[in-house]
Amino acid sequence: MKGEPQTILLAHGSGGQLSHELVERVFVRHFDSSILAELNDAAIVEFGGFNFHVPGSTNLQPETDNLKLAFTTDSYVIQPLFFPGGDIGKLAVCGTVNDLAVAGAEPRYLSAGFIIEEGLLLETLERVVVSMAETARAAGVQIVTGDTKVVNHGAADGLFINTAGVGVVPPGVHLSPSNLRPGDLILINGTIGDHGMAVMMQREGMEFGSSLVSDCAPLNGLIADLLAACPGAVHCMRDPTRGGLVTTLNEWATAAGAGIEIEETAIPVREEVRAACEVLGLDPLYVANEGKVIVAVAPQVAEEALAALQAHPLGREAALIGQVTDEHPGRVVLHTPLGARRVVEMLVGAQLPRIC
Amino acid sequence: MKYIDEFRDPALARRLLEDITRRSTRPVQFMEFCGGHTHAIFKFGLRQMLPPTVRLSSGPGCPVCVTSATDLDRAIALAGVPDAILATFGDMVRVPGSRGSLQEARSRGADVRVVYSTLDALQIARQNPDRPVIFLGVGFETTAPTVAAAVLQAEEEDISNFYVFSVHKLTPPATRAILDAGEVRLSGIIGPGHVTTIIGADAWRFLPDDYGMPCVVAGFEPLDILRTVAMLVEMAEEGRPAVRNAYGRSVRAEGNRTALKIMYRVFEVGVADWRGFGPIPDSGLVLREEYTHRDATRVFPVEIAPPAAEPKGCRCGEVLRGVVEPPECPLFRRVCSPRTPVGPCMVSAEGACAAYYQYGEET
Repeated sequence: MKGEPQTILLAHGSGGQLSHELVERVFVRHFDSSILAELNDAAIVEFGGFNFHVPGSTNLQPETDNLKLAFTTDSYVIQPLFFPGGDIGKLAVCGTVNDLAVAGAEPRYLSAGFIIEEGLLLETLERVVVSMAETARAAGVQIVTGDTKVVNHGAADGLFINTAGVGVVPPGVHLSPSNLRPGDLILINGTIGDHGMAVMMQREGMEFGSSLVSDCAPLNGLIADLLAACPGAVHCMRDPTRGGLVTTLNEWATAAGAGIEIEETAIPVREEVRAACEVLGLDPLYVANEGKVIVAVAPQVAEEALAALQAHPLGREAALIGQVTDEHPGRVVLHTPLGARRVVEMLVGAQLPRIC
Repeated sequence: MKYIDEFRDPALARRLLEDITRRSTRPVQFMEFCGGHTHAIFKFGLRQMLPPTVRLSSGPGCPVCVTSATDLDRAIALAGVPDAILATFGDMVRVPGSRGSLQEARSRGADVRVVYSTLDALQIARQNPDRPVIFLGVGFETTAPTVAAAVLQAEEEDISNFYVFSVHKLTPPATRAILDAGEVRLSGIIGPGHVTTIIGADAWRFLPDDYGMPCVVAGFEPLDILRTVAMLVEMAEEGRPAVRNAYGRSVRAEGNRTALKIMYRVFEVGVADWRGFGPIPDSGLVLREEYTHRDATRVFPVEIAPPAAEPKGCRCGEVLRGVVEPPECPLFRRVCSPRTPVGPCMVSAEGACAAYYQYGEET
């Protein structure tokens, strides 16, 4: 293999270790920005020394002299375009709204870029766009700018969408893995793996999983309720999309230099998801979510935080799943139902069904 | 979840562990042949729960891992046949041959597709009648019948562009090879549950008969494996080797006759090249003479260079034979990780090295 020019592998896009390395070695290195280097879901950019008021904001005081904005972008290249519980358009809006919301921001404005393969049915495009509009309305954001490109047949797979978004970070809100402290409790707003398994079942035409529905949803309402219920006590949030719960927790453990312990029996998993994972030999801990948020809170407010999540329609099945510890820094340890403990590592590439 | 939760019951697991601890008076070492067992044992943290007298070691039962570098080099060459689509199971695309992997071939333009079943590959052949579709068939007796069924289906529908590169392997001959080599002292074999569902528990009779070795066929849930260990401890303590079946909800003494019939209609037994072992006679499945028009290696004779030397320091071969544990390999975690696998045992989720890495017990 030596001497061959290195090529990009599909695994570089899977959200696992290879993706991380690509980002570090190519993008972070050349773009050379301290804000980018934090590698958060959304960049927090500050505009200092101003004295202005953002129209429509309820949280910003007119006298605020530092405006903090969260800014993020994401591209959506999924197949199939439509799946139970959502479609590429809903996903493109939710994904960007959620990346802003978990940074503690109130999402406001989105852009939408479309790369369309010639031959796509106009009706298909319109269905996707209507879905985006509905989702944006539900999330209380506006899509205010966009771009359209059409490429030759074969140069794209039907439809790719890029969205970017900005949101306003209320004063006093600072969320980051560096806030994690030993003793912090970790919550999640519901069941894991619904999105990944729903898409996989649809894509592979597996009938036994036909009752699975993606959890794809905008989380900004839920997160606003949570932040209001325990101001200052939410230390970090992240939406565990590609790579699933364990990948995100590993990112936290590494970034914070802290250990994380999770309790397998406490993690909510829908029965159908468990069954589909069992059949395929997959682990729901690594399966993608599109409507979930992991929250680290100070232990004193855990009950209030859990109650706030459970009071929201998107958090009814919220649960306390783990804790930050000063032991085994950088590692995530799972307690199995049988009483064993094991390290759960980040995945390298995509999870693959077993052969035998 | 029905049929799952019952077999993960913590109270019953504790009772089985107490039973094992009480019965086990002298050191024993059992080998789980199957990579699925290795994965389950690590996933559920079973090794750390067993008493110190009971050691488990991993065997060669990861179909991806035992695929030889030469066979992979040949698969990569077949992927380069003009217009060809090479379809295979997921893990295979990541396994290093002696000069790169299928995923690297794909990134350079080869059309390599991951499928979940052989029938998906057949479907690709239906949809692309002008292109040769080559299915790289890996796996043991569990997967081979499904590949055979796809070949028969292709015959019936006259899908002339569907070919198979068979690197299927049989499990009993590899188990014999391990015992004949005598490199590892074993007190019992944990029989592969899925394979034995096909071949039948009777296929393991040679273990007690020829080697005085107890064998218990096991399922893949924690209680299945603990019960198996308890039964093996009992036989080892009493010195009464036999084949016993701890996976009765799936495995019968005679196996699945229908699957075996289909398998042997399409394949016949031949030599197979195992990574870590080399060629083992009568341990592989090759397409029968009447299906040579489906045999990718015959229809597309590709040139492959002699395999490059095995990577220096890689002890996959010994790991596959159960001679060393992955952490004893000088490359483990240092050079070799799932991201940059040197040997195949680090690639597949069923590989012992990957299981150690992914589910490493807390140290």
